[in-house]
Amino acid sequence: MNEEIIISGRMIPHVDPHLELWHWPISLYLFLGGLSAGILFFAALFTILGKEKEFAGAIKRATIVVPFALGIGLIALMYDLTHIMYVWQLYATIRLESPMSWGAWVLMLVTPLSALWVLGYFKEYFPYWSWKTGFVKPLGIVIDWINEYRMTIAWILIPSTLLLGMYTGILLSAFNARPLWNTSVLGILFLTSGLSSGAAVIIWVSQNHVERKLFSQIDLSLIIIELFLIAHMIISLYAGPEVQNQAAQVIMGGQFTFQFFGVVVILGLIVPGILEVLELKGFHFPVAIPVLLVLIGGLVFRFVMIDAGQLTRYLY
Amino acid sequence: MRYAMAIDTKKCVGCSDCVVACQTENNVPTGYCRDWVIETVTGTYPDLAIELRSERCNHCAEAPCVSSCPTGASQYGPGGIVFVEHDECIGCGACIESCPYDARYIHPDGYIDKCTFCMHRVEKGQDPACVAVCPTNCMYFGDMDDPNSEISKLVSTRKYKTLAPEAGTDPKIFYLI
Repeated sequence: MNEEIIISGRMIPHVDPHLELWHWPISLYLFLGGLSAGILFFAALFTILGKEKEFAGAIKRATIVVPFALGIGLIALMYDLTHIMYVWQLYATIRLESPMSWGAWVLMLVTPLSALWVLGYFKEYFPYWSWKTGFVKPLGIVIDWINEYRMTIAWILIPSTLLLGMYTGILLSAFNARPLWNTSVLGILFLTSGLSSGAAVIIWVSQNHVERKLFSQIDLSLIIIELFLIAHMIISLYAGPEVQNQAAQVIMGGQFTFQFFGVVVILGLIVPGILEVLELKGFHFPVAIPVLLVLIGGLVFRFVMIDAGQLTRYLY
Repeated sequence: MRYAMAIDTKKCVGCSDCVVACQTENNVPTGYCRDWVIETVTGTYPDLAIELRSERCNHCAEAPCVSSCPTGASQYGPGGIVFVEHDECIGCGACIESCPYDARYIHPDGYIDKCTFCMHRVEKGQDPACVAVCPTNCMYFGDMDDPNSEISKLVSTRKYKTLAPEAGTDPKIFYLI
């Protein structure tokens, strides 16, 4: 027998009987952050490779989603803060040992750049506006200026979107008090998942067969990598100390097994993976099916990790 | 100077006076507590062993709450006391997530709150409220850097343990066993 009980009574809101501090806004933000990083990374990459015409879906269409996704993500993040009036303190310092601090700064860099990126294509979105006269003239000048520096923006976006995608995972993996999160594979796993979600959105909005096929191949590769990384995560939890073995139980037979394996792994990775293989072999499905499955899988993955991680602890 | 606390589990009777003293001294909101008492029962009947521990923030030397804080609100004070500067705290909860001892909570006013070793008392040379009130005198507070302090002597002569040392936090609450 080994029983530990709190005899002085303790039922602190959000802390007891187990941590329930971070809720859906954080999960939603982590998903939207990863998704935005994925879309912008591909847009920047194919711009640098000089494929603006062939990959208009990635560069011009999918990127419209990004400022909105980051905006909603930021609002969700703010909503979760309990001392919101002091939020400016986040930008009064940089603390490299705190992933949340440098992540906030990366977000501060990527969000305006994503808005500039989309603004730069306004002349193509609204070709019938008279850009040389009237009240839109100053906007036209700004747009020309953005396009002049688009290559620079793209080069800045490559490392910063990779950092953003990775940070959503490192934010969690840096907490060694939550054994389920405390695995270094999480950073690269969240990045891969974000890139995969980004590729899925690009497939959805693309109007060009070549682009769609290439991104189906990219997405399929990312899904396979993600499956390997999930296996890595589970192996590392079982190879770790006792607290991590116990933490693994939450997704391996415990409370979140169905959500993790049923929804994230099977419905969110394996099924869309198979559909994409069949699609590349010539079978035709509505493209929305694999895309939505990948996106739902990515979103549920964040929910499972946030909720399950907070069940795991060191003591009691 | 390095403040620390030693708690004699052989002398503790689990009366929870430390908990009430803390709540009163620090005006802790109803339903919250900065310290609590744990009873651990091990063994098989009739060979049972009970251990009682008054637990609180461990004022770790390698505090994950300080390193995870994005604004620097969570910080080390004099003597290594870990505390939260309310006006710098945004209420993100990173420190709560990072604490292996679950010693922090969100104050109803929004900022993160925790045990401060009663900094306001310690500054005046008094013991923290929990130590001062303990009816069995099982708690000791003092400076670990002073080899002549009572706590230094206890920790160097008695067997002790710390909680979850494997979390790598270098905790400064010593349980004498």
